Amino acid sequence: MAYAPTLSPDRVARTTCPYCGVGCQIELHTKGGVVYRVSAPFDAQPNQGKLCVKGRFGHDYLWHPDRLTVPLLRRNGQLVPVGWDEALGFVADRLAAIKSESGPGAIGALGGSRCTNEENYLMQKFARQVIGTHNVDNCARL
Amino acid sequence: MQAFGSGAMTNSIADIVEAKAILAIGTNTTEAHPVLSLQIKKAVRQHGASLIVADPRRIELVDFATVHLRLEAGTDLALLNGLAHIILNENLHDSAFITERTENFEAWKAVVDEYTPDRVSAITGVPVDDLVRAARIYGGARPASIFYCLGITEHTVGHQNVLALANLALLTGNLGIRGGGLNPIRGQNNVQGACDMGGLPNYYPGYQPVTDPAVREKMTAFYGVEQPPATPGLTMGELIQAAGEHRIRALYIMGENPMMSDPNTNHVRDCLEKLDLLIVQDLFLTETAALADVVFPAAAFAEKDGTFTNTERRVQRVRQVFDPPGEARADWQILCQLARRMGARGWDYTSPSEIMEEIAQITPPYGGIHYDRLEGDGLQWPCPSRDHNGTPILHVGKFPRGRGRFHPVHHQPAAELPDDEYPLMLTTGRILQHYHTGTMTRRVSGLNILAPEERAEINTLDAAELGIADGDWIRIASRRGVVTVRARVCERPRRGLVFMTFHFVEALSNVLTNNALDPIAKVPEYKVCAVKVERAYPPEDRTHA
Ligand code: SF4
Repeated sequence: MAYAPTLSPDRVARTTCPYCGVGCQIELHTKGGVVYRVSAPFDAQPNQGKLCVKGRFGHDYLWHPDRLTVPLLRRNGQLVPVGWDEALGFVADRLAAIKSESGPGAIGALGGSRCTNEENYLMQKFARQVIGTHNVDNCARL
Repeated sequence: MQAFGSGAMTNSIADIVEAKAILAIGTNTTEAHPVLSLQIKKAVRQHGASLIVADPRRIELVDFATVHLRLEAGTDLALLNGLAHIILNENLHDSAFITERTENFEAWKAVVDEYTPDRVSAITGVPVDDLVRAARIYGGARPASIFYCLGITEHTVGHQNVLALANLALLTGNLGIRGGGLNPIRGQNNVQGACDMGGLPNYYPGYQPVTDPAVREKMTAFYGVEQPPATPGLTMGELIQAAGEHRIRALYIMGENPMMSDPNTNHVRDCLEKLDLLIVQDLFLTETAALADVVFPAAAFAEKDGTFTNTERRVQRVRQVFDPPGEARADWQILCQLARRMGARGWDYTSPSEIMEEIAQITPPYGGIHYDRLEGDGLQWPCPSRDHNGTPILHVGKFPRGRGRFHPVHHQPAAELPDDEYPLMLTTGRILQHYHTGTMTRRVSGLNILAPEERAEINTLDAAELGIADGDWIRIASRRGVVTVRARVCERPRRGLVFMTFHFVEALSNVLTNNALDPIAKVPEYKVCAVKVERAYPPEDRTHA
């Protein structure tokens, strides 16, 4: 190519592809709050510069208008926007009530294979320390 | 894992190219794990490795294979016992390894002796010649590696399938060496990490059994709260079932969408609707979140710090680039806030790196994992201490359980086989352009242009009998539900087999699939169920298209 226009990024951040278990290393080139290019470092395991179509082009969902931006609470059958304080308070009260009525074994938790290690750690800690149950699993069987 | 004591990929993606032979079974690697498949192709094309592909479908990897074992879906156990039988008969096994590092060989051999090539050929539909060629390739080359994915585990006999693969690796001494190994390829990006972190009803972080009194005592002291009794909790499938029976009243789901991903969708909905409290934390209002009582808006991977662990046990950094939209928050922050609300102590982390410090304290394989050590290529667990550089290959010289154990396993037919009413078999899987239930990829326009809709693959001969042409609308029915979808008439599935993905909500294969579970690993049998197929008219309401 004789002429390739270049955009100078605000930032290039190295991170890990969120899609499959290969865990390719990706570099997100950002400008004005969006990713405009994705590259992969050639000197890095496990992918040594290679990416598939999802890792390379699969990040637009980050800005999709359907993204949830506020907590939702069901009222009269409808999910309506509420503040964090109200949503967290509601859940804390309901979980405590169910635990005291039916015991910790009546509560279950599912961690996420798209969430980080730290978050999955906390989810099992929440189940075992805060609720008091081993009813915690993830999507590994799927 | 019970054969030699660990459930992760034994080897590394980098050393795949050192294999002289590769057995890929139940893994459509080029579509589900594209970059790993490049390593397999490189081993074949540039390093001269021989590839055996065992799959009912003519997948792309077959183009690189020396032998394609096109077995009937659900007959893997017979196939693997048959390969072991031939390896033994031809004296290709590693006697020294068997004597020095394994146990229970004789008892296992007695079972394998029954799996003669003729018998195995009759069960699997694979010609005897192909069985012999495959056994000679895998048994005759050192090192030889095995790769498998959900095609092996998503059966009622999934657990035995894995044991049968372990038997093959033990028989040929292909463990603890570069280019060898037994390598499950984990489906989603952080399935490995979610399991490592104790997101399992029977294990604390680092696979410390909840049934071990010493572990329970240690965790009680560490968490400052009396730990639950030493019996495992409920698995995901059991939780959903228990919800349907009011034994589970509240369910908190972080970043999963069981309405799409679980077998028998209609049943899942009925169960979830019976809950007194359903909490869902996700990026989008997924099919599951739409049923929730409370929905917490979560941050995506580019909006938070943390780590993922890949299929080769490599712990790698995730870095925050953007702020979450609106009031969305990272999952770890939401969990901390909720725990503090409920009066719990020990939830004052100010960053994920502080959480990792706690993980390192009580998770032996992660004992040496600290954020300052994760720049560059990360670290592969086990990494027990700060001065340990991680473990690219497991089981060098020794297994965690001491000796590797041979487990006799028997062929058993799938839970639901075709009959007069439902004469075809349905199997499910992934395609390259989409991911899991499509929550993310269906919202990426480029990927939707490449793969806009579900196409059910059906063999040319079956299609001809049913009067179905490529692109026709067809109705696929099982005992559990019906979907209408377009047909792709092709040679990929073997005769009698229909293939669908689970990425598309408007034509969802899991409406059809069977929720019969493997009694040990509790994996639903996604890979095989009986269906009937007929021509249909296009569905009138095609939302989401
Ligand atoms: S780039 Fe493709 S192969 Fe690599 S981790 Fe992402 S989805 Fe997997």
